Formats: sequence, structure tokens, C-alpha cells
Amino acid sequence: MTRINVKVDGAMCSDDVEPRTLLVHYLREQLGKTGTVIGCDTSNCGACTVHLDGRSVKSCNVLAVQADGHEVTTIEGLATNGELHPVQKAFHECHALQCGFCTPGMIMQSVDLLNENSDPSEEEIRTGLEGNLCRCTGYHNIVKAVQQAADGAGSAAVASTSGGAS
Amino acid sequence: MTVTEDRPAGKEIGSPRKRKEDQRLITGRTKFTDNIQLPGMLHLAMVRSPFAHATITNIDTAEAKAAPNVVMVLTGADVADEQGALPCAWPISEDQKAQPHPSIAVDRVAFAGEIVAVVVARSAAAARDAAELVDVDYDELPAALDLKEAAEDTVLAHPDLGTNKSAFWQFDSAGAGTGSAIDDAIRDAEILIEREYRQQRLIPAFMEPRSFAVDPTGEQITMWSATQVPHILKLMLALTLGIPESKLRVIAPDVGGGFGGKLQVTPEEVITLLAARRTGKPCKYTETRSESLMAAHHGRDQWQKLTLAAKADGTVTGLKVDLIANMGAYLGLVTPGVPILGAFMFNGIYKFPAYQFNCTNVFTNMTWTDAYRGAGRPEATYAIERMMDQLALELDMDPVEIREKNWIKHEEFPFTTVCGLEYDSGNYEAATARAKEMFGYDELRAEQKRRRESNDPVQLGIGVSTFTEMCGLAPSRVLGSLNYGAGGWEHASVRMLPSGKVEVVTGTSPHGQGHVTAWSQIAADRLGVPFEDIEVLHGDTQVSHKGLDTYGSRSLVVGGSAVVAAADKVIERAKPIAAHLLEASVNDIEFKDGRFSVAGTDKGMAIGELALASFSAHNLPDGVEPGLDADATFDPANFSFPHGTHLCALEVDTETGGVKMRKYVAVDDVGNIVNPLLVEGQVHGGLVQGIAQALWEEAVHDSSGTLVSASFVDYLVPTAADTISFDTDRTVTPSTSNPLGTKGVGEAGTIASTPCVVNAVVDALKPFGVIDVQMPCTPERIWKAIHDRGAGGADPTEGEAMPHFDEKDVADRSEGGAQ
Ligand code: FES
Ligand code: FES
Repeated sequence: MTRINVKVDGAMCSDDVEPRTLLVHYLREQLGKTGTVIGCDTSNCGACTVHLDGRSVKSCNVLAVQADGHEVTTIEGLATNGELHPVQKAFHECHALQCGFCTPGMIMQSVDLLNENSDPSEEEIRTGLEGNLCRCTGYHNIVKAVQQAADGAGSAAVASTSGGAS
Repeated sequence: MTVTEDRPAGKEIGSPRKRKEDQRLITGRTKFTDNIQLPGMLHLAMVRSPFAHATITNIDTAEAKAAPNVVMVLTGADVADEQGALPCAWPISEDQKAQPHPSIAVDRVAFAGEIVAVVVARSAAAARDAAELVDVDYDELPAALDLKEAAEDTVLAHPDLGTNKSAFWQFDSAGAGTGSAIDDAIRDAEILIEREYRQQRLIPAFMEPRSFAVDPTGEQITMWSATQVPHILKLMLALTLGIPESKLRVIAPDVGGGFGGKLQVTPEEVITLLAARRTGKPCKYTETRSESLMAAHHGRDQWQKLTLAAKADGTVTGLKVDLIANMGAYLGLVTPGVPILGAFMFNGIYKFPAYQFNCTNVFTNMTWTDAYRGAGRPEATYAIERMMDQLALELDMDPVEIREKNWIKHEEFPFTTVCGLEYDSGNYEAATARAKEMFGYDELRAEQKRRRESNDPVQLGIGVSTFTEMCGLAPSRVLGSLNYGAGGWEHASVRMLPSGKVEVVTGTSPHGQGHVTAWSQIAADRLGVPFEDIEVLHGDTQVSHKGLDTYGSRSLVVGGSAVVAAADKVIERAKPIAAHLLEASVNDIEFKDGRFSVAGTDKGMAIGELALASFSAHNLPDGVEPGLDADATFDPANFSFPHGTHLCALEVDTETGGVKMRKYVAVDDVGNIVNPLLVEGQVHGGLVQGIAQALWEEAVHDSSGTLVSASFVDYLVPTAADTISFDTDRTVTPSTSNPLGTKGVGEAGTIASTPCVVNAVVDALKPFGVIDVQMPCTPERIWKAIHDRGAGGADPTEGEAMPHFDEKDVADRSEGGAQ
């Protein structure tokens, strides 16, 4: 067992983990952060995407011990002070989710994408989301939601939330 | 019955309401089964056979049992007396053959991925570690893997059955009295086209892996399951395990997609229940993605041999269909019936006089197949829509024109088809006209011509598909006549709470479709209460005690109609109370916009006030029971028949075989719309699944029967980068068989898009004389088709895509055969 200290969605967590524990398992099983889900075992689906120090990572592809001393934001910590993040809002408004299983990862990845590029073209959005699979929506409305978040929020609002919850 | 006219002009139905479901899902406040953690919960891991066919000679579990935190290890022998056999609810013939399907294999495995032992441990990681320690000895047996060979009984999937043929099923229009004889049509044909198409094996690949949790610590055993069918599951578990149905409660919490893939009663559900019962502790099993791809049921997998007879002017005179359908190793819940669901759809939207459908269901040593989005109908639509293109090619006609020549005209509805189905409504002309207009059909044809003339290395292909489907499963009597084990009605209750809020309970079981929002809209209009005041409850057999769940585009058509019926009963129940309280005659009570009023006066009461009055029951008319709640079931007299016209333009790079989609237009007619946002979402998702069959997806096995595409690295579920944005629109011809006038939409996109895309690919290759490319149309297959026309783009290992039919079987009289 290894002791790790991680700030998760704004709260300091101190836990013993097996060195082999994946970050996603730590989040779900030890912290009860079940908003982050697991869709595959080959790091292909992106359902488990969270932010590590403000950048998106697939949390099934990171060991919990690697997060020691770092800050993790999950879908559960993305809204601030009860205000949905513009990307969350846009997903709702554009009907960019159906079953919602891919949604946490899809939203976290979209936030990262907009942080990197506040005015992406459709093609840039599609390429930027290539690592996240959705079986329900056909991506049409997801692309629209990211466009709307980019237009509506403007780069400033989107960028200000990088680093996640406080 | 055109009940659509008396529908109150509501403000909710038809409006693009944003979903109520979203708030939880976008903030991570979800209840997927794998999120459930109960005190003392134990975790399961499965040991699965690596062989497609083998006898189990020994299982050594000693080491696994001694591993840290392992509570129990189960083998087939341990549970042989209590596990029963998994159910098949749709025997299609009296003499159908089937091998009993044990949840844990006892002495023989029949597909790679079949469960042979189960480890129960205190954590999922401990269970998985110990599963590695279970030592199983196998004697490998020859495996039946190739569908056509299996149909010849070359190798037997189940030696005890003595044959691989499970059942044969025929529909013949002359025999049924619904049309003329196919042999005559073939004999008299001026044009005869024969083709053979492969419907490759697909994997539903819902994003949420299946997960099951069982709590045995109450009077009722509670199971949470990532299922589409909690009600069916409850009944089937009771029958399979001999547990009184009243001792079971099944909950489908948040379910992450299904597409037919979660329309099943699975070995894993039975095993989790057995483990919980034995240990007395809550147990949970969540599959890995590889397990999901390998052992959750697959879809499609057919060979289709087609003979189309026509006159020289392009009028189709008959179609003969010979199918071989791959059941895989076992018959799942509705496995044998899937091809039969297609039997009535090979005629599509056309009105030819003669039709024959012959289907042989065949066992192989592969994962069993069952429903996958469209179930039988995409296969049928693919066949007829490809054939119509071939006919157009043969006659050098425009593919839209040839369809128009043969389709049912709008003034001909209701129309009884050659299969005996009555299509109640539709307007193929309108949908097609709209699609062509949105597509810019003539301009794109002009561009195609230019590229062809200039020998552009990038050729443009234009694909069309028109379709209809029978959905909204549905009429219980018809399902009964097809030997389906259940009815097709649906149930709803409307509970009027004393505070004026409303609970709508539905027997449908959504897993992404948005029923909560749509049912709220329906109830809001019908009862005149605010959308926000309605809560829709579902997916728990203790709350929703009756229902037939969600599949076959049935939920809105059947389940939504039950909500209408229950709401109407509430209003009828309230009227005498309103009359009593308003001191008027019942006959003078009118109900509008949530208010009961006395005709010709300004006296009235809101429905919420009546709910409170009937709850307190202080002043009810004599003999009237307190409460306004009402239950209703709805069982339509007919299926619903959505239709549509899809057009697709794509570029094929003839030097690489690469395909790039340019434009996709879908004009669907799904009847009246409750929520256009939800309808569009269903269409988009369906389109991508259908396009994926055309271009990318295939479950590929190696020569020993191991699934090679057992991860998302190899099974090509499309990404955002593979797809484009779609142009969608609608025409509306209301259905006449349900009070909402709606038709199903869940499967439409998937059904129409596959042939549309393949038609476009083949159209692009027309200058090269290519007439077929086998699905998925990979760059390699396209390149091969261009460079070696005879190969038709098929892999050499999979047989030729272009058939050479037995001369005496069917004579191909068209010039030069299959041109
Ligand atoms: S679960 Fe992490 S990428 Fe699929
Ligand atoms: S919404 Fe279901 S997988 Fe994306």
C-alpha cells in the first residue's frame, strides 16, 4: 500500500492505495466518485476522462499513485457554486446525450478541447473528440454542443474554469 | 379509427423540450448498476472458455479457492441441478431444435467466451486475480464456424442434435393467399436478377458494459440489471430458477444504452443471483469490455440469396429470398425470431405481386446472435434496396425513378402488402421529393458526371434508400400467431397526488431514449398540468409492476399510448366528483386545459383541486371511491409503419479505396412527433450505427473461432472524426393505429442508412464495372473491387461476394448474368 494525497474536486484526500490501482478505480471505489465511469479495458472509449491539473487524461490509463500531489477534477466537480459549466449547459441544450454513459468523459474532453482552442472548427472538434466513443448520439449534437459552448461562452468563460472546481 | 383528430391541441406535444433526464447525467449523479455498492457486497469474476468447441475434462479450483479474499468458486457441476436452462421465448417452429443453454457450462463449451467457472471474492480485483488460478482442462472438438459450411452439417456445433439446422421457416404469398406464385413470376420474368449478400456479424457495443447486482437479504431478492427488459427478466428468472415470481424484484436503474444488446436473459444474471443466494450476501458482476464484445449477444450474421423478377420496363413482379441465419451456439431470448421479423419487410415500400421467403436457422460454435437495432428489418431493407439499385443499373434507369415506379402511391393507403400487412399510412413521394431537394440531387449527379468524364481519381457516389419498417411491437394477437412468447401491450398508471403533482408509471424501460421527458409532455397535455409537475417512474418491478419493456421501437407507440389512456381514465374518474362539488350534472362537466368546468358558466375546478378533494374524501358522491389514479394498458390493432428516404453522397478515392462522406440527407416520416429534439437524436444515432455496418464494423473470428475484434482497438465503433453532421427533416403522415398518431423512430436511422451508403459506394465504382462490395466496405475491399472486378471486394477467405447459383436452382436470364 502506498499513501497518496490528492485534491479531488476541491477536497484534499489522503488514502492508502495498492500501487497497481488505477486512478479510475481509486475515484470510483475509494472516493465514491461514481460519476466517472469505465467503458473499456484498452483506453479507447474515453468514458473515464477527468482532468489532472487542468488537462484531460483517461483515468483508466493513470495509476492512482501518479496523481499523488496533484489535482483531479471529475465531472462531479465541474460545476462551480451550483452553476453548470458552459459545456454542461450546452450538452443539455443541444441534446448531446442520450444514455449519458459517455457524457462525463465527453464533457471533460470537450472542456479540455475548448481550453486549448477556444474557436475550433467542426473538424477540429471532431478530431479533438476522437478518443471518446459515444454509441447513442451519432456525435452530431455533441459537435453542436461544443460549437455552442465555444460561441456562447466565449474563450474567457471557458478558460476561466480550467483547473476545475474550487 | 383516426383518433388523432380528437387530440387536444396541446402545447407540449410537438415541442422540442430539453430533457429532464439530463441534469443528473451531466453532473455525474448517476445510478448505473456498477455504481451500486452495498454493505458486505461480494464481487464476481468469470472464467471463460478460450475454445469455440471443447469438452471440459477437469476443473481444478483448489488454488483459486485458497487465494486471498476468495469466498467461493462455482463450476457448472456445482450448480447443474439448480441453474436450469436459459430461456428462448420465440420458438419459430414446432420442431425447432435447440441445445439447452446452461449459464455455466457443465461438460462441454460451445463458443469461445462461454463461462466455465465463477469466482466470488471480497473485491473485484481479488476475484479477477483468483480467476486466473482456476485450471481448466479441455479436449478441443472440431468447431462449426463458417455459416455456409455449418448449414451443410459439415461439422456439428452440437453433436447431440445431429444437425446444425435449428428450424426452417417459410412465407409464400401464393400459399398465404396474399399474392401470386413466385415460381410463375420467375418463369415469366423479362429481367431476372440474382444476388447474394452477406450481412456480417455485428456487436451492439452499448457503452455501458453489462453489470448485475443482487441483494438476497430481503423477502424479495432484488436484482439491479443493466437491462432493457426488467419485467421480462423477472418472469424469466423465476421460470428458469424455479423462484416464485413474487419473490423477485428487478430494477433497471440508469442503463447505458442497449440497442437490443440488453434485450436478453443472460448467464451472468443467473450466476450473480445464484452466487448471492448461496453466499447470502449482495453480489455484483460487471463485465470487462472484452467480455462484453465476446459474450454479450451479437447481431445480424446472415447470408441472403435473392432473386428478383421484373418486367423490361422496371416493374418488379416478384422476389424470392433464401436466408441462412446464424444463431450462434444457443438460442437466446428471441434469437430464432430475428430473421422472421425481417420476413415481412423484404418487399419494402413496393407493391410487387409475388413473394417467397425461406429461412434456415443454423447453429455454429460462435457467440449467439439476437436482437440488434432493427433486428431482421435492416437485413431485409438492405436486400431489397440493393436489389432495386441493381435493377436500375440493369435497365440504366435512375435509382429513384425505379423506386417510384414500384412504390405504393400515397393515394393507395391503406395498402395490404404481398406479406399481408396493412400499411396504414405514408407518403413516399413527399419524403423523397423533400430529400432530393435538400440533397441537391441534380447538382450532385452533374458533379458525378464531370468526375466520371474526366477520370477523376476521386469518384463521387450517390446512394439512395427508401424504407419502411413494421415496428411498435405490438399487436399481441399477431405476435401470438408468430409463436412469440409474450404479448405486445403496454401498461401505464397515472397517480394524481394530493399536492397536485403527478406520477406517471410506465412499463417501458428507457436507456437513453428520453421517455421521462416525452411521457411528461404527453401527460402534461392530456391532464393540463405543468410539464415540471410530472415525474415519470419506470424500471423497477415494485413500482412499475407490469410492462413489456423497451425494444422494437415500441415505447412511444404502445407505452406512450397507454399514458394517454390512463390520463383519460383519470379525467373520467374526476368528472362525477367535479359534478358533485360544482353541483352540476356530469353531462355538463367539460374538461379543458386542466380545468373541469360547468358548461355555460364560469364555475370550475382545477384538476389539482380535484386530486386533493378526492384524496381527503370528505365530500364525495355516494359510491365513488377516493383517489383519481388510473391504470391502462394499450394494445394496438396494427404495427406502425414509419418510412423515409435517405440520400448520401460520398467520395471514393480509387487509388486508395478510401471513402469520405460528403453529405447525408435523411427525411423520415415517423408520424406525429412528441418531441422533435428526441426524434432527431434517435435518427442521428441510428444513422451512425447503420453507416458503421456499411463501412466499418464486423465481428471477426480467427480460424479457431476466437473473436479477434474483442476490443475497441479492433472492433471499429466510429468516432466523431469518422462521421459527419447530417441533414435531417421530416414529413408527417400520422399513424392510424394509436391515439398519438406516432410511429416508431428508434430503429429507422439504422435500417435506412446501411443500404444507402453501400449503394453510394457501388455507385461511385460504376465506371469500373463493379456491382457489389461486401460489407463492411473497407478501403481494401473497395480497392480490390476496382482492381479485380470479379472479387466483388470480398476477402478471399469469406467466399465470393458474387454468387454462381446452381443453374437448375434459378436460371439467371439477364444478359451476362450478374452484371
Ligand atoms: S475506460 Fe478509460 S478509456 Fe475506456
Ligand atoms: S449518450 Fe449513450 S454512449 Fe453517448
